[in-house]
Amino acid sequence: MKGSFLKPFKAIRFLWKKPKTLKYPFEPKEPALRYRGFHLNNWDKCTGCGNCADICPNEAITMEKIPELESKPEKGMKNERPRIDYGRCCFCGLCVDICPPGSLRLSRDYFHIHFDTNTFVFLPKDEKTDKEHFLPAENYSILKASLTHRKSNYEGFSPDIDYSLFEPERAPMPQVKPEERILSFIEQVIGYSKEEAKREASRCLECKLCEEACPAHLKISDYIKAIYEDRPEESLKKIFEDNPIPSICGRICMKHCEAACSLSIRGEAVAIRWLKRFVADSIKDYKKALEQEPGKPTGKKVAVVGAGPGGLSVAYFLSLKGHKVTVFDSLPGGGGMMRIGPPLYRLPIEAIDKDVNYIKSLGVEFKFNSTVGKDILFEDILKQYDAVYLGVGTTLSLSTRIKNVEKCILALNFLRENKIGKNVKVGKEIIVIGGGNVAIDVAREALRLQHMQYPDQKVVTKTVSLEDWDIMPAKKEEIEEAKAEEIQFNTGWGPKEVVLDEKGNIKGLQCMKVKSVFDENGRFSPTFYEDNEMFLEGDMIIEAIGQAPDFSFIPAEQFKKLEFTQRRKVKVDEKGQTSIPKVFAGGDIVNLNLDAVTAIADAKISSEGIDKFFSSKKI
Amino acid sequence: MRELELYFGPQHLGMVGNFSITLKVEGDRILEATSNPGYLHRGFEKLMENRTWIQNFPMVCRINVVEPDSMEMIYTMAVERLAGIEVPERANYIRSIYLELARIGSHLFGLWAYSNLLGFDTVAQWAMYHRDLILDLFEELTGGRVYHIYIWPGGVRRDFPDGFKDKIVSTLHSIGGCVPDYDATFFNNRLFYERAKGIGKITQEEAKKLGAAGQVLRATGTKFDIRKVEPYAAYDKVDFGIPIREDGDAYSRIWVVRDEMIESVHMIFKLLDKMPEGEVYNRVPNPFKWKIPKGETYVRVESSRGELGIYMISNGGDKPYRVHFRTPSYTHGLIVLEKLLKGASIADVGNIMISLYVVAPEIDR
Repeated sequence: MKGSFLKPFKAIRFLWKKPKTLKYPFEPKEPALRYRGFHLNNWDKCTGCGNCADICPNEAITMEKIPELESKPEKGMKNERPRIDYGRCCFCGLCVDICPPGSLRLSRDYFHIHFDTNTFVFLPKDEKTDKEHFLPAENYSILKASLTHRKSNYEGFSPDIDYSLFEPERAPMPQVKPEERILSFIEQVIGYSKEEAKREASRCLECKLCEEACPAHLKISDYIKAIYEDRPEESLKKIFEDNPIPSICGRICMKHCEAACSLSIRGEAVAIRWLKRFVADSIKDYKKALEQEPGKPTGKKVAVVGAGPGGLSVAYFLSLKGHKVTVFDSLPGGGGMMRIGPPLYRLPIEAIDKDVNYIKSLGVEFKFNSTVGKDILFEDILKQYDAVYLGVGTTLSLSTRIKNVEKCILALNFLRENKIGKNVKVGKEIIVIGGGNVAIDVAREALRLQHMQYPDQKVVTKTVSLEDWDIMPAKKEEIEEAKAEEIQFNTGWGPKEVVLDEKGNIKGLQCMKVKSVFDENGRFSPTFYEDNEMFLEGDMIIEAIGQAPDFSFIPAEQFKKLEFTQRRKVKVDEKGQTSIPKVFAGGDIVNLNLDAVTAIADAKISSEGIDKFFSSKKI
Repeated sequence: MRELELYFGPQHLGMVGNFSITLKVEGDRILEATSNPGYLHRGFEKLMENRTWIQNFPMVCRINVVEPDSMEMIYTMAVERLAGIEVPERANYIRSIYLELARIGSHLFGLWAYSNLLGFDTVAQWAMYHRDLILDLFEELTGGRVYHIYIWPGGVRRDFPDGFKDKIVSTLHSIGGCVPDYDATFFNNRLFYERAKGIGKITQEEAKKLGAAGQVLRATGTKFDIRKVEPYAAYDKVDFGIPIREDGDAYSRIWVVRDEMIESVHMIFKLLDKMPEGEVYNRVPNPFKWKIPKGETYVRVESSRGELGIYMISNGGDKPYRVHFRTPSYTHGLIVLEKLLKGASIADVGNIMISLYVVAPEIDR
């Protein structure tokens, strides 16, 4: 505390120092790169999932419908965009860290001066979608800065997948290794354990984009939440509200839901299908868990032709309403195409029977091994029942009609023989024609038969498809799995002729290089390079190029009444009724999706329609 | 002489925040003082019961405007302890560095208030300027200047940006370079000595009895620091000293604050040297489904004002069942202050209060 009279003069040195303050606004202070200012939202990437609105602690974000935008449920796009009330926003950035597509970011702008408080409620966009209000540096003036006068390329706090609030990666699904699974029909996917299922269920953000994408509109986020909360019975009840065959669908569904999942944009979609399977598998006795009873008998009788997913669902929904349902099917068990189509390593028979037996327990009568049109006539059914549902599906395999094609096997015949007859005797070198899911199923099933029939010998299965990799209709993951099993692919080749040896046995397939698969209108019309050919060796050829429905059971005078759409589908009204009175239809003969869950969706419409049809007749 | 009742604050130059004291005076001697908190009551503890675990983060820091970071830290620690979440090693170092930066920023703010009150306007300006440099660091690290919302269950929200280590070092060097100026104009100034020496004196026994903590307790010669007693973050990985003084008056408290800032700077340099590479965030469960198992816990940290604690109960839901904070300003501002004001002169009310580092928002949660 010693003083000196010189001490005060020390202050003089500060005279030559520059001031620490800034002459705002002529010397603006540049915010940091991570600055949390006003929002930016890329409208092209934003899915309208509403997670930002859900997490906002101040309820500053509301989702606003934008009529100009198109809603694309199948792609997981809603026409809603977040609107932010800057009177409430606290700039915490939780919305940025939860945003699954990463479209919502914060900018470094923080000025807004206006007389009208309503301008503080704002629909954020970014420079890509709003060129009018996001200006390049030369047109920007800090004196005019506001929510509608912003600098372009001025991004601040941005999403980072490593620090996101959601888990982008799936709980891995245990599978049997390729080397092991090709030796038998062992189920490839082992299924989640309880812990794995809970972990996977915990990833769901409950934005419900999946529910809009699902043709049958299952209450997906509810049943996933019930799994997470360890209430599988509750989960199964939720599933059964819209889908009575979870054990089947949990294995083979085409999962439109997962394609729409908002997590799939920057990570992996929630494994919705496997979670459904987990619920179906973990509950041994549906009857006990669901506590459902068939409805009070109404005295109405309904015939269902075809015990596929659609037919089973109609039977289930109608028997809950008290109608007496009889299901006819030519196969010895339920499931329809599910019984013969999907290979056993994907859908074991026990899984099908579990669902079928439950529907049977509700009082539905099943008449298996009875082909309509042969064992029982369609006219008789029309006379005996109050309503008929056609869920016959596509049961005829199409053929390429090339030279010597009669030596080949049709895909459905091959699959059907394997499931209900004895295993088909296969060759050592099999060629499968086709690039769709059925072709890959056939190839993988054939490969297993080869390994079972020729143990420890060299066997080859190859596919030939018109389509190249980019337009191949088969699912990517199935192609990957098939590749892992060493199935060879020949893409972009069209079959020209089946080559026979002198004894009349198959020697191979002559192929031509494909020029284009579709014409300029996008219609299927393949063209070939005539001079570019290839010979594929093989001793067995299976054709899997598509299926068509078989209406031969409908007598001619009725068939005349049946109307079709332009795309050769049975025409039905909004109740699912065809142009023949009291005949309803759904599934592959009606829709273009050609899958089980769409058949269930059709069945829901038709069963409502049939029920209304009965009640309207009463009046 | 006649007894008078005098209302001191909430609108008063000597007040920081919305807080008032009712004084019973005789002449300019105070016979009795009663603290009147409540002007800033926002019901945080109740609000937090209605928000999910994650949604509470943007709110918990608002309890203390001056040093929001320790608030984030205790809430995070409580959540991590109840939910059993591990924190990566690097995140612990970042947390410690971040909390020490916050301590310096908060002490500078306190220095601003105190020197301003005593009429040292120049020092006050310097302190505010240097606090702003610390806020610049926070802005670069977290995106926010005042409310950072950076410490997060499972780690921290983002890693250091490029070149941030050097920036911390250069900023702290430039602040540290001004310590001789501070010393010459303030700490070693005769006026400060005259004004603060012997003011608001509290003995060690009294301080302990009244529940004082932080520099109030350390200024009475007690070596007590939760960073040493119950180390959290990376404080057990680094060696640091606890500055103490013996006298227990305002002068000692401010000197403890000064020494603590210097100790913090040294500690940050040591932490930066030892900081490992690696992850800084273990992902927490989906915020919409996150439920924390049943349980209750009390965690405490050494904030820039003293012991800051949180008592949290979870009944297994997605929201806390009850959150209660033990804030140092509560003890210092209500109990210690009332005790110290007895017998003091009116002119010293602000002096004593600010030397206790009372921050009103901490009292009203």
